[in-house]
Amino acid sequence: MSLAARPAGTRRGPRRQRRLRRGLATAGLLALPVVFLGWFFAWPVTAIVWQGLAPEGDLELGVLGRVITDASVRSVAWFTLWQAVASTVLTLLVAIPGAYTLSRQEFRGRGALQAAVTVPFVLPTVVVGSAFLALLGPRSPINAGLVAVLGDTAPTLDLRRTVTAILLAHVFFNYAVVVRTVGGLWSLLDPRLEEAARVLGASRWRAFREVTLPLLTPAIAASAAIVFLFTFTSFGVVLILGGPGRATIEVEIHRATTQLLDLPLASTLALLQLVAVLAALSVYGRLTRRAQVQQRLVASDTTRRRPRGRAERGLLVGNLVVIIGLVLSPLAVLVERSLVTADGYGWDNWRRLLTDDASTVLAVPAAEAVRNSLLFGVSATVVALVVGALAASAATLDRGRLTGLVDRALMVPLGTSAVTVGFGFLIALDRPLDLRGSPLLVPLAQALIATPFVVRTLLPVLRSIDRRLREAAAVLGASPLRVWREVDLPIVGRALLVAAGFSFAIAVGEFGATVFVARANLPTMPVAIFRLLGRPGVANFGQAMAMSTLLAALTAAALLAIDRLRVGQIGRF
Amino acid sequence: MLALRGVTLAYDDTVVVEDLDLDAKDGEVLCILGPSGCGKSTLLRAIAGLEPLRAGTIHLDGRDLDGLRPDQRKVGLMFQEHALFPHRTVADNVGFGPRVHGMAPEAVRERVTGSLELVGLAGTEHRRVDQLSGGERQRVALARAVAPRPRLLMLDEPLGSLDRALQTRLLEELPEVFAELGTTVVYVTHDQDEALALADRVAVMRAGRIEQHDTPDRLWRTPRSAFVAGFLGLDQQLSVEVDADEVRSPLGTLPRAAVSEADGVVDRGDACAVLLPESIRLLSPSDAVPAGHLGVSGEVLRRRFRGDHLQISVRVDTSRIDGGPAGGVAGGAGPLTLQALALRDAAQPGGAARLAIDPGGVRLLEPEPAARDGDG
Repeated sequence: MSLAARPAGTRRGPRRQRRLRRGLATAGLLALPVVFLGWFFAWPVTAIVWQGLAPEGDLELGVLGRVITDASVRSVAWFTLWQAVASTVLTLLVAIPGAYTLSRQEFRGRGALQAAVTVPFVLPTVVVGSAFLALLGPRSPINAGLVAVLGDTAPTLDLRRTVTAILLAHVFFNYAVVVRTVGGLWSLLDPRLEEAARVLGASRWRAFREVTLPLLTPAIAASAAIVFLFTFTSFGVVLILGGPGRATIEVEIHRATTQLLDLPLASTLALLQLVAVLAALSVYGRLTRRAQVQQRLVASDTTRRRPRGRAERGLLVGNLVVIIGLVLSPLAVLVERSLVTADGYGWDNWRRLLTDDASTVLAVPAAEAVRNSLLFGVSATVVALVVGALAASAATLDRGRLTGLVDRALMVPLGTSAVTVGFGFLIALDRPLDLRGSPLLVPLAQALIATPFVVRTLLPVLRSIDRRLREAAAVLGASPLRVWREVDLPIVGRALLVAAGFSFAIAVGEFGATVFVARANLPTMPVAIFRLLGRPGVANFGQAMAMSTLLAALTAAALLAIDRLRVGQIGRF
Repeated sequence: MLALRGVTLAYDDTVVVEDLDLDAKDGEVLCILGPSGCGKSTLLRAIAGLEPLRAGTIHLDGRDLDGLRPDQRKVGLMFQEHALFPHRTVADNVGFGPRVHGMAPEAVRERVTGSLELVGLAGTEHRRVDQLSGGERQRVALARAVAPRPRLLMLDEPLGSLDRALQTRLLEELPEVFAELGTTVVYVTHDQDEALALADRVAVMRAGRIEQHDTPDRLWRTPRSAFVAGFLGLDQQLSVEVDADEVRSPLGTLPRAAVSEADGVVDRGDACAVLLPESIRLLSPSDAVPAGHLGVSGEVLRRRFRGDHLQISVRVDTSRIDGGPAGGVAGGAGPLTLQALALRDAAQPGGAARLAIDPGGVRLLEPEPAARDGDG
């Protein structure tokens, strides 16, 4: 009765006020991410576009035309495209059977193996490059084996600086993306669907082709798109393993900037790449929307079983061979090479790496590169966590149009290449503050690249918190602060740890942007490895291997630590 | 005809079905009835070729199925929760079997139409399966299983995921479908009402073995073990002591000759007596105990309204029964609760009630170690 007596206006008042308050809160949360993205992403990219279209300050499309029709640019674009397609197809062919074994077959050591195959995904590109240099070079175990079998007349296999090396490294690098994404869905598919097809008279292959494959299509398409994106913008791997005529657009941007000092060319290449990446992303979005099938999923631990029959056991053995040969052996060879000295095995490389005062190549003691990496990595992690958590919270609070926009805006840096970011920093960050000489640029660039991963980790967890949990806690008498502490924090806390470990691994291993913005006297580990590899000499190579091993151990430790937390979206898209 | 001999099945190291023999005659509906986890679904999967045999043989129409892959066995299996292909239409689901058997598109279409008509879903060909209701999904699954005209149709808990009303309706329709198909049907369920309503014969399964295999009527009249009786819903069981002349129960003594028993099951000593529901009658105050019946009196605990009748729970204090060797029978001391059916509200909770037990509706069985503890 008292409600009815109130004038209508005051009843509507609080609701409008609440909406206003919520809008203000969203804006407050978004302020920092917007400034961060605007300053360190949108502005540099705009500068690149402007530089590409108007090198002299006036719009001059002729430059664009000249670069696009340039034969060498076209050949780079063509190589970039076909190696990305080939890498993607190869990765799918190798990893889809692997996804079956790791998600549907039960065998001893499955859990450990699943964690192990994820390691390459977080390995720095420079480490992957070094590992394949070691694996495919003339002094590799492969050649040692050939000599042992065939004697001195054995041909020496040297696959360094070949397309084969690049493709193998890309498969190694992206194996986990497909295994985690496709295997993740596969382990949830009801096995009775395929069994139903078998009982209805379909052969094993036909049941797979007509029932399982169509149901896996969303995961396969998603992982294929990610692998394509990663290999299309591949930088570190191609820079180290490629050679003349085997450069991606990324590598060419780097070369145009650092060797040719041709900034218009670099800008146009960056522009070309940006357009290609955006096109690929939109095709991917359309593909995944179309392939979506509503289906009943089952618990993953009910779908695994021990292999039965010759075909299944053969598949298991085959996949184990692939995993050991392709995924684990490069890492093993990397460690082995780091221990090779002039006479047999020893700790020489490691000792020199950690104790030498002034490496001739690095201009600073190598140990300092380790310190720089850790310092930059931790700073970048803090920045990425703050920006990512704010953006994810805002996107959870506001469920309207803004959410989708923020969602997409934050994913763009993921698709944009690291080299573009680094190059953009270099040409744009003299205004409003001249940051170009500042050591701050390194953690900022690394944070920019890590932020999308933080958002991707936090957003699903934040959105999955059942509103009823908070309501139940409130009804039971918990104050809003108490609700946040008792409900939100325990759930999000683990996700925050995962995001932290993930961004640390990304920051420590970041190469493409860092190589542009790191100052000569402040190298990070990947930069140091690249410099060491660029110099002749067994000692430099050995030190590069030792440094790579250390870096691999660091990122793998971060990954395995977060894998134990089992919030588990790592490497899944 | 389906014949299983000495079938043993195991998951890894756990034996789920052991040395099992079972037959299904041509065209009969055989229900395998048992609690969850007794191995009945695994048995179906083994017949379909989805689980390997650890030992034994399976013959279908005289042909050994050993070594045949699931797609070569020409059996139909309707899965629990149906396992419809979510990315295909109704017609694609139903037509899958005929199509992979290499039938021409026109023939496949005819077969799809026919199968959907059989299950009462004509005209739904182009619907997507995620737009179907639970009952429709169940029917599509049945149509898909029968579309390739299997020599044997197997159904695994087909009504398990449906609500009560839908179960009742499908329970009435299924016999017609089975009759029209004419194939041998093996139907797995844990619901005795389903089994008794559908089956020509029922095999009661327990912990990987067949406990009893008989027609529904004979199963109900003469359960061979306390487990079978209990699983059929005959849960009024007493521990009794038997000798050549009489059966001593906590409720009183009955002449041995009046009580029937499964062939040669109990000679003397401890036994389990199952009281069929119709053997217990509520007497009105004026009624005398009929000749040959056992009269007991007790207190009405509660009445449960069951629509067309009332179920009266009567507590009988056995220590006050004259001539009842209450102390002598294990588990027989103390109060017992009996259920009786009544048509009118003849008894009020708290009031006295008299019951008459017809010895003709009492069955003597081998005592069940587990069941005995739970008795009384």
